[in-house]
Amino acid sequence: MPKDSVIGTSTKRREDKRFITGRGQYTDDIVLKDQTYAAFARSDVAHGKIVSIDTSAAEAMPGVLAVFTGEDFAEVGGNPAGWLIHSRDGTPMTEPKRPVLAHGKVRHVGDAYAAVIAETAEQARDAAEAIDATIEELPAIVDLRQAASDTSNRVHDEVASNVCFDWGWIEDNRAAVDEAIKGAPHVTTLELRNNRLSPNPIEPRCSIGDFNPGTEDYTLYTTSQNPHLTRLLVCAFVMGIPENKLRVVAPDVGGGFGSKIYHYGEEALVLAAAKRIGRPVKWTCSRSEAFLTDAHGRDHVTKIELATDFDGNFIAVRTETFANLGAYLSNFATATPTFLHGTLMAGNYTVPNVYVNVKGVFTNTVPVDAYRGAGRPEATFSLERVIDKCARELGIDPIEIRRKNYIKPHQFPYTTPVALEYDTGDYDAVMDRLEAIADLSGFERRLNDSASRGKLRGLGISSYIEACGIAPSNLVGALGGRVGLYDAATVRVNATGTISVMVGAHSHGQSHETTFPQIVADRLGIDESKIEIVHGDTAKIPFGMGTYGSRSLAVCGSAVVRATEKIIAKAKLIAGHMMEAGDAEVDFEDGVFSVRGTNKNVPFGDVALKAYIPHDFPLDRIEPGLEETAFYDPANFTYPSGCYACEVEVDPGTGKVEVMSFAAADDFGNVINPMVVEGQVHGGIAQGIGQALMENAVYDENGQLLSASYMDYTMPRAYDVPMFKVDHSANTPCTHNPLGVKGCGEAGAIGSPPALVNAVIDALQRAGRSSVTHIDMPLTPSRVWDAIHNS
Amino acid sequence: MYNFEFQKPGSIEDAVAALRHEDAMPLGGGQTLLPTMKARLASPTRLVSLGGIPGMKGVSSSGDTLIVKGGTTHAIVAREAGGVFPGLAQLASHIGDAAVRSRGTIGGSLANNDPAACYPAAALGTGATIKTDRREIAADEFFQGMFSTALDEGEIITEVRFPIPQAANYQKFLQPASRFAMVGVFVARFADGVRVAVTGAGNDGVFRWSEAESALSSNFSADALAGLSVSADDMIADIHGSGAYRAHLVKELTGRAVLAAS
Ligand SMILES: Cc1cc2nc3c(=O)[nH]c(=O)nc-3n(C[C@H](O)[C@H](O)[C@H](O)COP(=O)(O)OP(=O)(O)OC[C@H]3O[C@@H](n4cnc5c(N)ncnc54)[C@H](O)[C@@H]3O)c2cc1C
Repeated sequence: MPKDSVIGTSTKRREDKRFITGRGQYTDDIVLKDQTYAAFARSDVAHGKIVSIDTSAAEAMPGVLAVFTGEDFAEVGGNPAGWLIHSRDGTPMTEPKRPVLAHGKVRHVGDAYAAVIAETAEQARDAAEAIDATIEELPAIVDLRQAASDTSNRVHDEVASNVCFDWGWIEDNRAAVDEAIKGAPHVTTLELRNNRLSPNPIEPRCSIGDFNPGTEDYTLYTTSQNPHLTRLLVCAFVMGIPENKLRVVAPDVGGGFGSKIYHYGEEALVLAAAKRIGRPVKWTCSRSEAFLTDAHGRDHVTKIELATDFDGNFIAVRTETFANLGAYLSNFATATPTFLHGTLMAGNYTVPNVYVNVKGVFTNTVPVDAYRGAGRPEATFSLERVIDKCARELGIDPIEIRRKNYIKPHQFPYTTPVALEYDTGDYDAVMDRLEAIADLSGFERRLNDSASRGKLRGLGISSYIEACGIAPSNLVGALGGRVGLYDAATVRVNATGTISVMVGAHSHGQSHETTFPQIVADRLGIDESKIEIVHGDTAKIPFGMGTYGSRSLAVCGSAVVRATEKIIAKAKLIAGHMMEAGDAEVDFEDGVFSVRGTNKNVPFGDVALKAYIPHDFPLDRIEPGLEETAFYDPANFTYPSGCYACEVEVDPGTGKVEVMSFAAADDFGNVINPMVVEGQVHGGIAQGIGQALMENAVYDENGQLLSASYMDYTMPRAYDVPMFKVDHSANTPCTHNPLGVKGCGEAGAIGSPPALVNAVIDALQRAGRSSVTHIDMPLTPSRVWDAIHNS
Repeated sequence: MYNFEFQKPGSIEDAVAALRHEDAMPLGGGQTLLPTMKARLASPTRLVSLGGIPGMKGVSSSGDTLIVKGGTTHAIVAREAGGVFPGLAQLASHIGDAAVRSRGTIGGSLANNDPAACYPAAALGTGATIKTDRREIAADEFFQGMFSTALDEGEIITEVRFPIPQAANYQKFLQPASRFAMVGVFVARFADGVRVAVTGAGNDGVFRWSEAESALSSNFSADALAGLSVSADDMIADIHGSGAYRAHLVKELTGRAVLAAS
């Protein structure tokens, strides 16, 4: 390895040059020859029976080329759920079909029941408005608990109940947990709602379908976090296109946060339409459509109980959660509230008894699926809030109660009662770092300063652990996952010594184009600027599973390492041949191959060239070329963890909360590029502040989305967030992947909401509002004021 | 957006004539109208821009009156009204963002009478006179409930005449998403009394809080409000806050405005 390792260096993002200068290439920037446009007719009622759809007026409108309805897709497959969940009684979850276009019924506002293809986008939109549908409105099913108990009014008539699954984790723990809680000296109970969120990537979804009748090849350009997964879903489940006949290209993508993991009906529609009319078909989602149709996040109603002794030692945790699934099962919707949530319910703590019950419920709302953090923020929020409440009830300092129950370094690997095996961690060390960077000893002074300005100051603490690096295929398979969750990389050394690395991960804000070359450069001892990352095109990249769940570096990055190791092994063969030595005698260091014990050496570049000019190769031993592929399937999840501290000021006259400071100490294992990691944490915390204080996707009782534009859906802005203090120096490298990395993409969004809510409750408690023990997110001024004044 | 004709006349008379076309609408800064059209919620057949008419822009004062021409942008008011009427300049400088302020106009804002808009509070809070191409309308008569005004079809606001108060202040509490006024209170103190106008809160749009006016007219201090309360019944209630919360904010912000204007 080179002496000045590029790992751990804040190389500037090479992506930024094209993004900042407007040279990015997003899906909507692609204009194909003879391109046409699609527009959708969408339901404006939440629940209704489709009586008839008259498309004749639309078909006669100028520029209209084709009109589709659900009838056209009645024979093709549905968009499947990626994870089979079994209920407590052993029965499999219900899986109603999710069609390309609604057929028979519409099930949420925005549910598309028809599509128009026209010469221009405006013509398509005009014609979509002219489609005359008779939809008999049915009572909307919106309230989660009510939906769960109502069997007469159902989102899907073909299944017996709105409850998709009733999952227990771990069912064998249940009796012991009940017993432990019954006998516990102290039980803290908290009921809460984890608010529903619109994902809001800055680039709305966009898809272009193209079909070449000459070759019968399809191409789908689309805003996706995982082009291969989209191809697999479209081919194997929805449309039956042979996989070799569909190329999926996800070019520059302007953020996803989970919402672009999934396959959506619009993608299938543009492909089918392109085939029918023989011309490319583009659909660009408007912001209004995005609010109504992008998969939302979170939306849990939870009761959590924490049993302790009087010293605050944890004895048991029990939760009951209703998880909103929306109207259809989105691809990860069943995994998110279950295996990405229930398995984390032990947190960073030694708590001997844990039982989690989750009921997944259909409602007449847009599908709910993974959103930055996916299940883990829900687990962390419930746990860290109830711990805070418990600490207050027992009169124990919030940091002390956490430290008291932390798993200690010597206990790793540590198996939790909810079936994860944490490989490594040092939570006390991370908390030490937090106490230092957050200057907690200065809090009293700041409290007084706030009071002198008439403001109520509060301090909130949280810890989190997450399971990232998703995921070991054998484990997910055993738990009901229908895919493997390895990733893949191909390292191609070009004849002139430059390198192209084709990866299965997709970068849409994660900086892979910058950090992955650092890994290869480090291993090969060559300049990182000579290394290029290729991603987002199934015709170019190996079959990888894409980017989500903080998996890219831990899984795909590990595949890059493995492929690079194969390159070194092959290059040693060639170098040995060049230096007339056996490859076992060849060493590789700092980009130079040498024969041990001699002064013979050849640089990497010469070996690369030789690989492609194999005039004298012993072909029985050495193949020409220098290109290797590796698939990497992780042995375990990775377990990033952290401790966060937030200080707020509450204006008692208006209830407005201002975030005064935010400090985050994280253990991400080894860090490849500190600047990129800090950026991920900043973005995550900003998103967490958004969830805690502002964001709320609200449906009324008729299933109308009240927060369907930025006039009513509040996004955090730069001036809503403070300067962040970030630290990742107390790290414990992951023990089972070659880079020792854990993942950092979701951490900020996981750890920050409970810290912030804890801070607001602390502020109100210090001001004598002792009955305010919880406020549901988002903590808008009106909710905080209500809490102050109704206490 | 649906298709429409576009016209940019050079005089008020030509604009008035152009507006006689069926479904024609005047276009000010377009900061409300254009987004509405893009969302296909409005479909005028013809837009008559007021941007090419000399004499529709500018801020001037005459005696104890500040005159703002109907096509003057918020940015210009923020920049130029401060010398004689700082309370109005301050209000204008907090409307939307810089881009909105550089385009949006006072005429457009008053004509639109959004229940959460800022200018209506200043107009009503000072007892301004709204001058149109055909008449003068007192602010007390001009605002007629949410999105509704005394303007006739095709009538153009050409200028707004504000009596300059001795002291004034506008307190705007942001609706978190839109950053319009969740509640905005304009307090103006004149030699002959105090006016208090409230925007953002009322179901019928901007209104005067008369109890506060009389209390403050005899004692211009936040304490004078102590015994008063606003009924929650007539307040807007939505996902951002209840009627009771808005009623509370009216009083809270009135107190803060008085403090700031004292
Ligand atoms: C992001 C954003 C944030 C905003 N925030 C705020 C805020 O915080 N507070 C606030 O008060 N407003 C806010 N606004 C609204 C802004 O102030 C608008 O500029 C204003 O409401 C309309 O003025 P306009 O000149 O743009 O009118 P237009 O949009 O052009 O027209 C609006 C209406 O008025 C009519 N009209 C225009 N000019 C005249 C005239 N001279 N005579 C008669 N009728 C006329 C038009 O026909 C139309 O019906 C915001 C707008 C945006 C886009």
